[in-house]
Amino acid sequence: MSDDSHELMNLPDEGVTDDLYANPGLPEHAWRPTDVDPKLEKRAERQVATLMTLSAICTILLLVSYFTVDKDATFAGLGAQNLALGLSLAGALLFIGVGVIQWARKLMADHEIVEMRHPAASSQEDREATIAALNAGLEESGIGRRPLVRNSLLGAVGLLGLPAIVMLRDLGPTPNQVADAQDYPGAGLENTVWEEGTRVVRDVVGTPIRPGDLQIGDLVNAEPETLYNGGPDGEPLEGVVLQIAKSKAAVVVVRMEPEEITPAPGRENWNVDGITSYSKICTHVGCPISLYERTTHHLLCPCHQSTFDLADAGRVVFGPAARPLPQLPLAVDSEGYLVAQGDFNEPVGPSFWERG
Amino acid sequence: MDTTKVADTNGTQPAAASKPGRVGTLATWADERLGLATAMKKNLRKVFPDHWSFMLGEIALWSFVVLLLTGVFLTLWFTPSMGETTYDGTYEQLRGIQMSEAFASTLRISFDVRGGLLMRQMHHWAAMLFVASMMVHLLRVWFTGAFRKPRELNWVIGCLLLLLGTLEGFTGYSLPDDLLSGTGIRAADGFIKATPVVGTYMSFFLFGGEFPGESIIPRLYTVHVLLIPGLLLALIGAHMLLLVYHKHTQWPGPGRTEKNVVGFPMLPVYAAKAGGFFFIVFGVTALMGALLSINPVWKYGPYDPSKVTAGSQPDWYMGWPDGALRIMPGIETHIWGVTISWNVMLPILVLPMLAFTVLLLLPFIDAWVTGDKRDHHLLYRPRNAPTRTALMVALMTMYGLFWAAGGNDIIAIKLHASINQITYFMRAAVLVGPILAFVITRRWCISLQRKDNETLLHGYETGIIMRSAEGGYSERHLPLPESRAYVLTARDRDPVANGEVTPEVDANGVAAPRKGRLAGLRDRMRTVMWADNVQKPTLEELEAGHHHADHEHELQASLDGHAADGHQFDGHHLVSEEHLRDPHH
Repeated sequence: MSDDSHELMNLPDEGVTDDLYANPGLPEHAWRPTDVDPKLEKRAERQVATLMTLSAICTILLLVSYFTVDKDATFAGLGAQNLALGLSLAGALLFIGVGVIQWARKLMADHEIVEMRHPAASSQEDREATIAALNAGLEESGIGRRPLVRNSLLGAVGLLGLPAIVMLRDLGPTPNQVADAQDYPGAGLENTVWEEGTRVVRDVVGTPIRPGDLQIGDLVNAEPETLYNGGPDGEPLEGVVLQIAKSKAAVVVVRMEPEEITPAPGRENWNVDGITSYSKICTHVGCPISLYERTTHHLLCPCHQSTFDLADAGRVVFGPAARPLPQLPLAVDSEGYLVAQGDFNEPVGPSFWERG
Repeated sequence: MDTTKVADTNGTQPAAASKPGRVGTLATWADERLGLATAMKKNLRKVFPDHWSFMLGEIALWSFVVLLLTGVFLTLWFTPSMGETTYDGTYEQLRGIQMSEAFASTLRISFDVRGGLLMRQMHHWAAMLFVASMMVHLLRVWFTGAFRKPRELNWVIGCLLLLLGTLEGFTGYSLPDDLLSGTGIRAADGFIKATPVVGTYMSFFLFGGEFPGESIIPRLYTVHVLLIPGLLLALIGAHMLLLVYHKHTQWPGPGRTEKNVVGFPMLPVYAAKAGGFFFIVFGVTALMGALLSINPVWKYGPYDPSKVTAGSQPDWYMGWPDGALRIMPGIETHIWGVTISWNVMLPILVLPMLAFTVLLLLPFIDAWVTGDKRDHHLLYRPRNAPTRTALMVALMTMYGLFWAAGGNDIIAIKLHASINQITYFMRAAVLVGPILAFVITRRWCISLQRKDNETLLHGYETGIIMRSAEGGYSERHLPLPESRAYVLTARDRDPVANGEVTPEVDANGVAAPRKGRLAGLRDRMRTVMWADNVQKPTLEELEAGHHHADHEHELQASLDGHAADGHQFDGHHLVSEEHLRDPHH
């Protein structure tokens, strides 16, 4: 087994720097029962063959259940098809695995073999030859003597890195391009579809809300009516435009006792009879916030537990968020429905560099 | 033992190459075109040492193969598109609902493609096994010293595999475009936007405009099925090639040295064991796919940016940076018209990158501190490198605490505790915990070293209590078998014992080479690394110990057959006439 022609460089003499005990050497090989007893050997052979047969049976079961088990059938609360296919596949695979390992353990030779190691490094001779070859090659190329060729090559290849980056430019528009183009309602990080007079409607159903509909302590997930009539011809928004609008414009509307509200300076008239509205998008990393505790007016984000006080200008009372929730100024229109006085007081969602 | 009747497969002589059989003909055909014989000559019978812990990396390898197989199956039906469609498939609860093609095709795979759900669940479980086994494998490599020269580069490759595997997992579970994964992508958008200067640009380029856009799923799909798997495959190939080139490390033992490797040959034993193990990993994954529901996206519903589920959590391997994100205080700087979100940037961008860099550099930092330039092929037990072991346990503790913090809401619900208090506790714990873990582990290892020495010098405890004529009790110790004593002492002495640092001038009066500006730091780190360690006994100590043991043995010899009260009731002879005490007293 050993091929010890290389010089063993670098390797310490033994595993230890000072042997307290002489290395006893490999223990004597012990014969297994299957090595010396033909009966046991035959039995092991039969065991392996049985395992292979079991695997084959499982494979056939798999094929049968593929064609026979109905996809709606259930078994013990589990989907019967998934269970049948999964268990038979598992059996088919596991029996082969166990069988092959049994074969290796009981029947294949179990003599331990010794192989000598060699240092990872090449021999000194090889190393010198390689360096000589490298130097010869470099010398013949003249890369050292012709700096003009070398440097212009390096410059040209280096410059090729630029297209690799620049050609990714059309992955998307810049934030400013989106905001300036206004290709869809509320485009840009600093805008949403909320405008002066946009009705506040219930999430999912899209019905407008009268202040009288809300009891003290109620929370309603709401959206701008624009989602339902914001298209060029008054049709609902759809597709990516709808998703973008939703991702920024979702709000919660809550009603509390008017005297409980501590409005931020300049926002004294943003509430209607104790009804107040805040962005639903967390100022931390942008999860929609959903968990409201009516007694404390706290709104908790389920992603990272930032907690905001809706009675106190959306102030952060706990958690990793750093900024209060943006507030939507509310009013009531001529028909008595809740509307926005305008867009939020600041960009919604997570912080970004340019927002100041 | 009569070994003439051995099984015929156990022959130790190679078969004579008289007449080439069918295999020989095929091999000749191949060799004349590929010249394989030279390469295969050694490698077919390449030796692999046996130990259960060497199997951990194999789990990772095989689960990657399972991922490739099940993944290809899934691509046949999955539609990586965010185009909107109205669901009209089998799952009644979602019929008529607007959703992306990606989500609709995931439902189709789950409900209408026979075996589709099984493959989806197997794919997800295999991904978890893949990442988990890579982590445990990494710990094994660190704790046993297999990262040392010449294997540092394989450590680096392994770390890259772990990083890529994690990213692959994230891109993978984002693809179904369900409510949970969409929330994850949205949080990722928040992370990207928190990047200073270029954050919003990166976000707009990645999403093809404003979040969520309609590009992210197809783009993640390309990354998930082409880019990262390609890199993983290449790196796994390199990892295996280096493993073969370096030959596997082994535990010290009789006949096992730094110069050799002892074990079973690749063909047939390891081919069978490893091949069989592939089927076992595959089979266990199938069992999990059959019995354990995972990521039931139909319960979450399609992604809607205005909705979220309570208890939103990423897959477990993304949990630790999420925990850091949760316990980070909300600090933000507004200065010169820009916003710096420390609360997002530090835990999710800086911390993981820092942690990964530290992990990547560990072998190199270690080599710099120890100054060890030798090759190492023999492993050590974790106790014999107390500082290294303690360092990794400290890192594990930090990881575990961050990870637990990632479930602070779940902990609060299960323990009926205040989430605020848990968060405050975690803030302190991630700083204090690792230090405590370091100190405890280090002392624990040193105690275990001391115990090993005790056993070497005084023998092992037999459990037999002897009573002397004077009434004193002692436990009988017997010397260790030589092979066991050899294994216990088969380790290096640490270069810096008892806090002595490298002397300026060595014993022969030769000045030590210039050590650079950081030499002082290095000496201090060496002291921390080794000073308290217990070295194996010297030859004198060993002889003295054995002498002492012989003496003890002599003293106890007269007591043979006179074990203390009660030992006669050992079930080996009749006790009807026996008394615990002399009945006449």
